[in-house]
Amino acid sequence: MSTTVEPVTGRIHSWDLSTGVDGPGTRFVLFLSGCPLRCLYCANPDTWHMRDGRPATVDEVMTEIGKYRAFVTTAGGGVTLTGGEALLQPVFTAAVLRRCKELGLHTALDTSGFLGARASDALLADTDLVLLDIKSFDARAYRSLTGAALAPTLDFAARLDRLGVPVWIRYVLVPGRTDDPAAIDGLGAFLAGLGNVDRVDVLPFHKLGAHKYDALGIPFPLRDTPVPDQDLTERVRRQFREHGLRAQ
Amino acid sequence: MTTTVTAGPRTADAWRQFAGTRWREHIDVRDFIQANYTPYEGDAAFLTGPTDRTRAVWEKVSALFPEERRRGVLDVDTATPSTITSHAPGYIDRERELIVGLQTDAPLKRAIMPNGGLRMVENGLRAYGYEPDPFVTRVFGTYRKTHNDGVFDAYTPVMRAARKAGIITGLPDAYGRGRIIGDYRRVALYGTDRLIEAKRAERALLDALPSGPDVIRDREELAEQIRALGELTVMAASYGCDVSRPATTAHEAVQWLYLGFLAAVKEQNGAAMSLGRTSTFLDVYLQRDLEEGTVDETRAQELVDDFVIKLRIVRFLRTPEYDTLFSGDPTWVTESIGGIGEDGRPLVTRTSFRFLQTLYNLGPAPEPNLTVLWSPRLPAGFKRFCAQVSIDTSAIQYESDELMRPRTGDDTAIACCVSAMAVGKQMQFFGARVNLAKALLYAVNGGRDEMTGEQVAPPMPALTGDYLDHEELSAAYDRVLDWLAQTYVEALNVIHYMHDKYAYERLEMALHDHPVHRFMACGIAGLSVAVDSLSAVRHARVKVFRDGTGLAVDFRTEGEFPAYGNNDDRADSIAVDLVESFMAKVRKHPTYRGAEHTQSVLTITSNVVYGKHTGNTPDGRRAGEPFAPGANPMNGRDRHGVAASALSVAKLPYEQARDGISLTTTITPEGLGHLPEERAGNLVGILDAYMASGGFHMNVNVLNRAVLRDAMEHPEKYPELTIRVSGYAVNFVRLTREQQLDVIGRTFHGSL
Repeated sequence: MSTTVEPVTGRIHSWDLSTGVDGPGTRFVLFLSGCPLRCLYCANPDTWHMRDGRPATVDEVMTEIGKYRAFVTTAGGGVTLTGGEALLQPVFTAAVLRRCKELGLHTALDTSGFLGARASDALLADTDLVLLDIKSFDARAYRSLTGAALAPTLDFAARLDRLGVPVWIRYVLVPGRTDDPAAIDGLGAFLAGLGNVDRVDVLPFHKLGAHKYDALGIPFPLRDTPVPDQDLTERVRRQFREHGLRAQ
Repeated sequence: MTTTVTAGPRTADAWRQFAGTRWREHIDVRDFIQANYTPYEGDAAFLTGPTDRTRAVWEKVSALFPEERRRGVLDVDTATPSTITSHAPGYIDRERELIVGLQTDAPLKRAIMPNGGLRMVENGLRAYGYEPDPFVTRVFGTYRKTHNDGVFDAYTPVMRAARKAGIITGLPDAYGRGRIIGDYRRVALYGTDRLIEAKRAERALLDALPSGPDVIRDREELAEQIRALGELTVMAASYGCDVSRPATTAHEAVQWLYLGFLAAVKEQNGAAMSLGRTSTFLDVYLQRDLEEGTVDETRAQELVDDFVIKLRIVRFLRTPEYDTLFSGDPTWVTESIGGIGEDGRPLVTRTSFRFLQTLYNLGPAPEPNLTVLWSPRLPAGFKRFCAQVSIDTSAIQYESDELMRPRTGDDTAIACCVSAMAVGKQMQFFGARVNLAKALLYAVNGGRDEMTGEQVAPPMPALTGDYLDHEELSAAYDRVLDWLAQTYVEALNVIHYMHDKYAYERLEMALHDHPVHRFMACGIAGLSVAVDSLSAVRHARVKVFRDGTGLAVDFRTEGEFPAYGNNDDRADSIAVDLVESFMAKVRKHPTYRGAEHTQSVLTITSNVVYGKHTGNTPDGRRAGEPFAPGANPMNGRDRHGVAASALSVAKLPYEQARDGISLTTTITPEGLGHLPEERAGNLVGILDAYMASGGFHMNVNVLNRAVLRDAMEHPEKYPELTIRVSGYAVNFVRLTREQQLDVIGRTFHGSL
């Protein structure tokens, strides 16, 4: 049961069911609205502003999730909170995760880690898996890519390690921006020093969100950036593997 | 009804080491399987690839495919109406073939079967540049009436009008009804002598009954069945096989079983000529030979591969009209694999794997229509292998063993796409389907057809408001559906009366018990269009545009409405209500031979033709646009991923659609997981969850749209590209262009 008298309300963009891409198995994926970062390659610019989201109470969200409880459980999945940035709404996110755990659902939190400090220990205790997007290991590249600082994300990664929360790292590979071998080695060494990293997913940059920029009337900054070829993707995966990480 | 026969020495040898008793005294293949099969709970590691021999035979026959594709048919014997014994033996490669027997004297040479209808034979021949044979035309035009002639003698004007308007479409009045599964296993286990003896005993009981019309018909049918078994024996002998006695080895068992099936496809060009549930039965023989050391795994796989080659080259001469309904030359040689027994043991054997392995050894292909009877309780190794085969070939379909077993038992097989029957004990009268979307337009238009303006249903008040009123529309729809159900069932009664009379399936029915349980398999198409239209009227506002005669010809929706396919009860409950209410209406009308009423939610590829003949609909679908296939949500309207879409379909009650509910799903490889090695496990999870949620059937395609687009441009690069459409698989490059575009336009569940 929810512990507050006032219903906890969040701003959500949408929900979806996905398989094998937002954590293990088939999952209910809740997209929250609002994000403090402005990643140049962002595929969901329609989730940037909280004000654009639809208000929804935790109960409403749980009613929708409830319809899939049996399905995602049988299918070896669970619920993933993503966005936007789910930790921009930490109270709502914590409440949804708590309620999911009460239903016995596997929970995952997909985050950039930039607002990791806003995640309470209780929130993280209700999180079975964190999908942590580390967009670059070079602080300057990180800032030029996201408009924000790298340090909070690395602090969050270290905290998750201390708390023993399993992590899948997501690394979006953008030619010319996140393919610097030295930065990748640095990230590999950092991650190898943590004990909670189950795997590193190297995700080739794509432009499937370009039409959303057109619809919103904002320029897509990486429109002319090439997508990585197979060789580059494989090289980066190999670099992570050389640090003993399970990278795909 | 069966009889006791003493086993002679030949039989004693054939049945060496087999356990169990009941099946020895009665014709009871299920009892034999239960007493003798060896469940296999391991993985696919034991399987073997194709041998040089298998490759040589397959390459020889598949070398003929390009020419066949180019010309439509490779060759036809125009002069010899096909019977079980009509043609001399034919071979692909006599030296190398392990399993022999062709429908005519040469591979891919088609036969004519004028009992169904002379005009269809003539149209089929002319479509491919052949002239009908004058003798055949004289015999079937003068002396021998056909099924088609009989039906049109007894159709009423209303039936003809409904058929012409396309509100009832695809009726088997101009082609063989099919969907009857002979228990071909009986030929292998018992031999035809014993089967004839059992049929004589059934007949003797009838001789004791008063000679009323039903008894007289049954006696005649049994006489024909006995005659057909005799002809099977003669045909088999022409291939050097003595099927009068039981099979003594696995090789013979496969051969005997196939000859039984071959006799059926020589006698009938039914729309669906399904095989049944043979793999675990054959495994008993293969397992015995493996234990006796007379075959090894390589040979076991070769026998299955060779059998499957034969099943892949079943051909019928069909008309262009037929092809628009059922595209890609399908034969629905459906083989049901897996499932769980009533005692809880999985019915999965090594031969279940061997059948699926043919999709690797011979490459992907649409036939035989490999159908896995799925249960979350199936062994993990088998589930994983099935999922991997789906990911690699998109060639198999899944149906819920958990829904079927309690109703039709653990020896159930699928006829055609989704029609469950207890093998050898139940048959069905195939009834195609009615167009629920068009019926909704009839409700708006007072029974007039929205395309022609003709009064097809009895006149009733048309809706006159500028906007459709939900209550008014529902009441009018109910009246139209009452009329439609009655017209439909009565038309089916006519068809099946005549089919029994003029094109009776002698051999297939000889491989059933007497008396047989019959289903009247009705069906509905356009479910998602009708549901979304009703949802639009209820949850948004639908403005009507009428032509000069007052006929509603277009609609504009103002506002949002929930669409079927998003696990949203506001729309899904309309679908459930519609399925339940139409079934109830169908049940009100007595059936020919007391058949049990059922219905399917299935279209096969006819969703394209139905769409073509249906005007603008209130859901926003434009006139002529295809319907979604089967029970699928409308293309693109299921917006929340495969699980949400599947859960909407899973709400349709199987009890009110016992002839099956078909869902065709297309998922991109990435939509099953970022990592290729995780995809099979994720697909297993989806299938487990769907079936556990009450889902009945799922066609699984794992494809990218780009591949299909490329195949449209460069068909020569994709001769084997197989996709699941609605209840069957098809070579993508053999679909019509319209149907290819329909497939490409469907929802692909993927990920960004």
